[in-house]
Amino acid sequence: MSLPLASAVGPSAYWYLTRATGTVALILLTLAVVLGVIEVEQYSTRRTPRFAIDGVHRTASLLAVVFLIVHILTAALDSFASIPLIDAVVPFAGTYRPLWLGLGAVSFDMLLAIVLTSLARRRLGYRAWRFTHWLAYASWPLALLHGLGTGSDVKATWMLGVSGGCLIVVLSAVCVRAISGWPDQIRPRSAALALAAVFAGGLALWLPSGPLGAHWAQRSGTPKSLLHPAAGGRHG
Amino acid sequence: MSGGPAPATLPRILAGVRSHAPMALAHHLELHGALPRFTRGRQSSALLDELQRSGLRGRGGAAFPTATKMAAVLAARGRATVVANGCEGEPASVKDRLLLERLPHLVIDGAVLAAQAVDAADVFITVDEHARSAAHAIHRALRERNDVPRGRLRVRLIAVPPGYLSGQETAVVNFLGGGPAKPTATPPPIFQRGVNRRPTLVNNVETLAHVALIARHGAGWFRELGSQTDPGSKLVTASGAVVNPGVFEIEAGAPVASLLNAAGGCTSQLRAFLLGGYAGTWVTAETGYELTLSSDALADVGASLGAGIVLALPSSACPVAEISSVAAWLSAQSAGQCGPCFNGLHAIATTLEQLRVGVGGPGALARISRWGALAAGRGSCAHPDGVVRFVRSAIDVFGPEFAEHSRRGPCPVCLRPRLLSTPFATPARAAA
Amino acid sequence: MRIVLTSHLRVNWIACEAHGMCAELLPERITLDDWGYPIIDERPIPAELEAHARRAVDACPTLALALERAQARRR
Repeated sequence: MSLPLASAVGPSAYWYLTRATGTVALILLTLAVVLGVIEVEQYSTRRTPRFAIDGVHRTASLLAVVFLIVHILTAALDSFASIPLIDAVVPFAGTYRPLWLGLGAVSFDMLLAIVLTSLARRRLGYRAWRFTHWLAYASWPLALLHGLGTGSDVKATWMLGVSGGCLIVVLSAVCVRAISGWPDQIRPRSAALALAAVFAGGLALWLPSGPLGAHWAQRSGTPKSLLHPAAGGRHG
Repeated sequence: MSGGPAPATLPRILAGVRSHAPMALAHHLELHGALPRFTRGRQSSALLDELQRSGLRGRGGAAFPTATKMAAVLAARGRATVVANGCEGEPASVKDRLLLERLPHLVIDGAVLAAQAVDAADVFITVDEHARSAAHAIHRALRERNDVPRGRLRVRLIAVPPGYLSGQETAVVNFLGGGPAKPTATPPPIFQRGVNRRPTLVNNVETLAHVALIARHGAGWFRELGSQTDPGSKLVTASGAVVNPGVFEIEAGAPVASLLNAAGGCTSQLRAFLLGGYAGTWVTAETGYELTLSSDALADVGASLGAGIVLALPSSACPVAEISSVAAWLSAQSAGQCGPCFNGLHAIATTLEQLRVGVGGPGALARISRWGALAAGRGSCAHPDGVVRFVRSAIDVFGPEFAEHSRRGPCPVCLRPRLLSTPFATPARAAA
Repeated sequence: MRIVLTSHLRVNWIACEAHGMCAELLPERITLDDWGYPIIDERPIPAELEAHARRAVDACPTLALALERAQARRR
């Protein structure tokens, strides 16, 4: 299904929209995660009481969902790559970069679970809500990886800056949370720091040979028909 | 009602109790008669009516009307469970242990009757993990009987980890359901949703012993002792500066003097009485001697018998050291679930110890009073309320001693071992 | 004499972890003690504070605060 919104030459408005909304969603999710991690520490000032921080946390997550819906719709509407809507929730079954797109689907599924359980919190009870909320720690890294793996702009400096900035901010929040109250509950805290270090380290090792390397579009699973014959596709 | 003519005198529950061996089934049946059967329907409500008329109230400390509790469980949806609670976390009380060890059949009778009254399918008899002889006695008694393993009623003996709060109603139910032996938040109430989400009746083992006798001899017989508002007999643990500390069965409303006589009299001059246990109230010796052990008379001086406890504090003891030691223990015994409780009790206990050694400063008592107001009523169970009552009444009664310690620091008696027991002591929990 | 529904706030002390958002959102009825736990004013919640009370209940991260309705007779 596609609407010819632009000429056959160059990317369509939908493609720009999907990239833009995806980036904004990443930023909003980063904000939500950072605030969610930090608010347990109960920092507050006279100007910014804790309920305000909590409010921004909730609003950022809901806004992220809105942007993600646009991100998904525009990706499906765009005529360049065939990405059916179902690929947004059923991971790894599509034809366009199945692994990297699929990570986005998994991340989105988790986010939906988190948001829906939060909205129905009173009825579901505290434990169900709390248990599901922990998925946020999985959902966010997957979203970042999805962006790095599928994003057309991944090599652009500004995109790297945004991704890097989001990563730094989330890692800092996790470190602050893991360290405050040290050495109580030393095992989970050490595990959290170790996981964060492994993730950051893994990313640093993978990026140069991965999305920042040559022929990434081809290696990441872009269907051959979409690949630009000369320079590995319009996705760089 | 069955059984031979029952004298309207004491002992009733403690009739025939031997000093070292549990009462065998044959002796039990000879003494009290056969256990009357109340099956479902009209006859089980006959038992409830009889209990209602008897005015029996729980003997675990809360003194809730037994028939009312049973009726609530019966009315709730689902198949009920009965818990015969023998977990006696209160250090100053040994009556439940005694009942389980020496009169197991009386307790089991009561539990079986309660199960019939509320149409329960399961009975749990809970006992402290460390009370081995009580557990043995119940095991053997259950094997002696033929009414229990057969039929649709399952009776199980469960050992509960020791702790002051382990015997609390919701804590026992929590443990039986697979959780820790810690109190739970009460909506919904356990008579509606208790063990495994079933309506649960929790009765103290002494209450059930009374049920076993009322079922045989009737409400009228029960009421021949005691008063209109506080009928029947009670088991009381008398301890402290008495010649023969132990468990005594008294008529409700008996004077304190008669209890002390039964315990062989006092070993020395008394300073005060602790009534109701570590969640109870201190009264001066003068006040105590004048008291009768009925709920009304005790309520007039702001006290209650609790789980039947009268502790006589001699003048030779250091009240400040005793209070400080018990308060620290009670603070450590907090389940640690509710902020105002574990924080407040910790602050109070710390300040009491500072007061004892003379470093409390001028505002120590005022601070204790303030924290008491913050802790009482702001927890999921009555533990902080009890501790605050214990400490407040102590400060009232032992004003001079507290003032002396505040000025001069520890006294020579502070060095001697404590009179009030603080068992299964855990290292002091730091406030979160 | 009429029967009215009164609203009262109730705290589940086991669930409460002293986050303190309730006191920020309903200072008219909730203050915090020395350790950050809520001290609830026992008076019923009047109609003009109802929305704020519901917001405070909703904000509690551990669902420890509840708004309970009970019937009371008023002259």
